[in-house]
Amino acid sequence: MTIFDKFRGIEHRLEELKALGGRNPFDVVIERPLSSTAGMIEGRETLLFGTNNYLGLSQSPRAIEAACETVRSCGVGTTGSRIANGTQSLHQKLERRIADFFGQTHCMVFSTGYQANLGMISTLAGKDDYLLLDADSHASIYDASRLGHAQVIRFRHNDPEDLNKRLRRLDGTPGAKLVVVEGIYSMTGNVVPMAEMAAVKRENNATLLVDEAHSFGVLGPTGRGVAEAVGVEKDVDFIVGTFSKSLGTVGGYCVSNHPELDLVRLHCRPYMFTASLPPEVIAATMAALEDMQAQPELRVRLMENAARFHGGLNTLGLTTGKTVSPVVAVVLDTIPEAIALWNKLLSLGLYVNLSLPPATPDHHPLLRCSVMATHTPEQIDRAIEIFREAMTNLKTQPPQM
Amino acid sequence: MSETVQDVSALIINKLLANPKVPRDITGSSKIVEDLAFDSLAVMNFVMEIEDELDVSVPLDRLAEIRTIDDLATCLVSLKKGA
Repeated sequence: MTIFDKFRGIEHRLEELKALGGRNPFDVVIERPLSSTAGMIEGRETLLFGTNNYLGLSQSPRAIEAACETVRSCGVGTTGSRIANGTQSLHQKLERRIADFFGQTHCMVFSTGYQANLGMISTLAGKDDYLLLDADSHASIYDASRLGHAQVIRFRHNDPEDLNKRLRRLDGTPGAKLVVVEGIYSMTGNVVPMAEMAAVKRENNATLLVDEAHSFGVLGPTGRGVAEAVGVEKDVDFIVGTFSKSLGTVGGYCVSNHPELDLVRLHCRPYMFTASLPPEVIAATMAALEDMQAQPELRVRLMENAARFHGGLNTLGLTTGKTVSPVVAVVLDTIPEAIALWNKLLSLGLYVNLSLPPATPDHHPLLRCSVMATHTPEQIDRAIEIFREAMTNLKTQPPQM
Repeated sequence: MSETVQDVSALIINKLLANPKVPRDITGSSKIVEDLAFDSLAVMNFVMEIEDELDVSVPLDRLAEIRTIDDLATCLVSLKKGA
């Protein structure tokens, strides 16, 4: 009996996955990026359709320049926590910029998006409170529910009626009720029915936190996310998000009109007990935000590209979610089928994410693709063509041409 | 109406047997994870179905203590009484 015995099961499963497809799917190396949409993998130029880099800003010239300039003047890191030596004027400037962008009074910046969810949710929902989570919530939200001390209740995915029923059951119980939803669900691309969720929040006098990680820069007239898109921002108490998708850098944030957000800084362990963002990341993030604001056409192109890719895969007879969003998840029946197709796509020069149960809803493996504003129509058509070739090759499903 | 642990156990077993993959010989003392080969997600999703039937919500931390079908039934009955 050793401390590692518990890992034997996963070791065995990994060997099976490798035997099925020849690769370790969790060990893909992008040797170097060639642009926002292509990279070298296994020595081949490969189309990137699984990077969450929705606006292509990881390669923004303005952000690269800002990072270089700042790293020369400020150095490479802060070596400390935000509540000790880790707050520089740049951190406060970024918080002001993000708050202003959302039209909110307060902002906290975290070192990652994961920590923003972990910190906000575990701190806001205290011992006598209730935390109501969508069944398909991201791991950072589930982890927050374990770090905090609130009673945790799951409601059915994207089901406002079910949330309402569960809030009603809590009628008369003391303690606040914090409802957490995501703008776009990262595995499936499903968009939250935000107006209905906001109505349930109002009726039950609950507190509402929306994680806009995958919808920031993607949805809404100015890219503030799903709450802006459907006009219910005033019902949202806390918006959480990340810089590591649309803005192409790293870091997380929470914005709110509640002045008490500043008190959260002194209770929030994932904010207090970690080093703050390095200055060059902050400079790059602010520059990427300027790019995003200066180029609203990126969002238009992103949604056009999403529709082109989604439609193309459906024409091949593949099953995807119904809603068109930049996350397009191809649903497959069996793990061997998913492994074979994923390996074949990569060999043919297309990178997508392989997502296996139980990290996916309903026990189905997914080939999760994410579309970018910077993909050209030719790249999208090529990606669809690679899917067709791979399927013909494997005879996964006869393409309906 | 007030359900007993036995009533609720029977209800759970009935619901479980509707799934053809579940062994036919389950009893109240069957272990949900080990004997039924449910992973954590499957347990949470199954509990949601029972919650609707009994109009009660089971907080996730209570779920962590549950091993057998009878444990789940006991938990549901106590939550129902507390409500």
